[in-house]
Amino acid sequence: MSLEGQHPVNLNTLYQQVILDHYKKPRNKGAVENAVLKKHLHNPTCGDDLEVQVSLGPDGKIDDVKWNGRGCSISMASASMMSVALKGKTLEEAQRMMHSFYGMMKNEEGNYKPLGEIQALVGVSKFPVRIKCATLAWHCLEEGIKEHEGGGTNG
Amino acid sequence: MALDVARIRQDFPILQKEMNGHPLVYLDNAATTQKPRQVIQALVDYYEGYNANVHRGIHTLAERATEGFEGARAKIATFIGSPSANQLVFTRNGSEGLNMVAHGWLRKRLKPGDVVITSGMEHHSNLIPWQMACQETGATIKYIDLLPDGTLSQESYDRLLAEGNVKFVGLTVASNVLGTINPVREMIAKAHNVGAKVALDGAQAVPHMPINVMEWDADWLAAAGHKMLAPTGTGFLWGKMELLEEMEPTYFGGSMISEVHLSGAKWAECPAKFEAGTPNIADFIAFGAAIDYLNGLGMENIYAHEKELTEYAWERLSSIEGMRLFGPRSPRAGLVSFDVEGIHPHDMSAVLNEDGVAIRVGHHCAQPLMELLDVPATNRASFYIYNTKAEIDRLVDSLLHAKEFFGYVS
Repeated sequence: MSLEGQHPVNLNTLYQQVILDHYKKPRNKGAVENAVLKKHLHNPTCGDDLEVQVSLGPDGKIDDVKWNGRGCSISMASASMMSVALKGKTLEEAQRMMHSFYGMMKNEEGNYKPLGEIQALVGVSKFPVRIKCATLAWHCLEEGIKEHEGGGTNG
Repeated sequence: MALDVARIRQDFPILQKEMNGHPLVYLDNAATTQKPRQVIQALVDYYEGYNANVHRGIHTLAERATEGFEGARAKIATFIGSPSANQLVFTRNGSEGLNMVAHGWLRKRLKPGDVVITSGMEHHSNLIPWQMACQETGATIKYIDLLPDGTLSQESYDRLLAEGNVKFVGLTVASNVLGTINPVREMIAKAHNVGAKVALDGAQAVPHMPINVMEWDADWLAAAGHKMLAPTGTGFLWGKMELLEEMEPTYFGGSMISEVHLSGAKWAECPAKFEAGTPNIADFIAFGAAIDYLNGLGMENIYAHEKELTEYAWERLSSIEGMRLFGPRSPRAGLVSFDVEGIHPHDMSAVLNEDGVAIRVGHHCAQPLMELLDVPATNRASFYIYNTKAEIDRLVDSLLHAKEFFGYVS
């Protein structure tokens, strides 16, 4: 008898090429000027450490997103892809995207096409212990927005 | 005498299995070891042949169960050089034993101004109980400096002892991350010179090398059975008899009393005083079978086998580009922690798992040490009696696979 993971999947399911590309060439690393929301979160079980900063334009849309941190390829690639996807979105649109992403991680039925290249992370839902890696950047956004709407900006 | 590993492997059903289509290479022994047929059979024999509660009934089944259970205690006591089986308290794991010392002895004695010494290489189980005891009593906790080679600075230890008011030292015999083997006999003697007591975390030492608590003059030693072939849910706390007598029980109830009245109760003698309620009878009987198995191989031989594997692993791993190995090269316990530049341990483990190689990745319940080493997590391969050099070759092949898969990351 062979010991298989609960959902036998191979490495290429987890690590699609676009994920490795974002990991090796991370986009939008750094800090934004005039960040209105900023959140630093830590994943204690694996040591992933991430801060996301967002600035808003005069029209209320996301002007810039930057992130910094260290962690596994899944958490870093997820932050990188999120930073690309959020630019130009309103906070409401960003939150909608976030809930859609959480749904994809829970393996829920849905139309995930609007997530664009972020759909490459779909394989992570088959690796329960890695889901928290993929969602870390989005949790930063979620908490950051909550604090922003509550009046504070410090993470 | 060299271990007959091919024969040993036949005793471990799980080692005949494949993982993700490859023969299983199990290198996570510092977390828990696999179990031989003899240990599994001891569980079956008990449940099929003489299942009964211990220390109570007069019937034959209860007698046999008690005999098996107390026989295991005697075997473990002898295994660590204890003069008496009554000094060996059964616990669920290593953490529980250390918590019992913190709760039943240390907290009752610490006062503001007192000092507890430990180190930054400790497993959380040999750190948080002491931190909590200090927080609640107003005592101070001080840490022995860690040197760049992963050993403890003896100058720093001497200095902390000389600063005075040291009541207690909590120290690991062997680090679960660095592999460092601490000179515990010398460190215990120094602590005793200033009147401090010493509790040892033996989780990574007792399964792997000959141990004698009397030669060390240890005050307490805690270890886990499941890290030495026994079932999970087994561990022990050994203590000097006068300290166990001073120590208050942590749990109260059945089995741990000598007399009970509505106005109060008196405790039973050691070790019963610390063992309230029905214990994991089957699992401790099987712990006894594990001790028989280890004695059959000889702890000197086990230590020599692991030393040879660890040296081989060190040599092969250090030839990989971008490899950082943690801790001293020698002497060391049978494990190697490492970091490969550009590949996070979780990504590493995903590739290794695909190749049938099981290692541990993460902070290994030693977050302060991760901070000292300035890494978020490490990879750890840890060895036991059934591992081979060919399995280390499989580990190295899989590491090279991971490097190829993730490519160079700047």
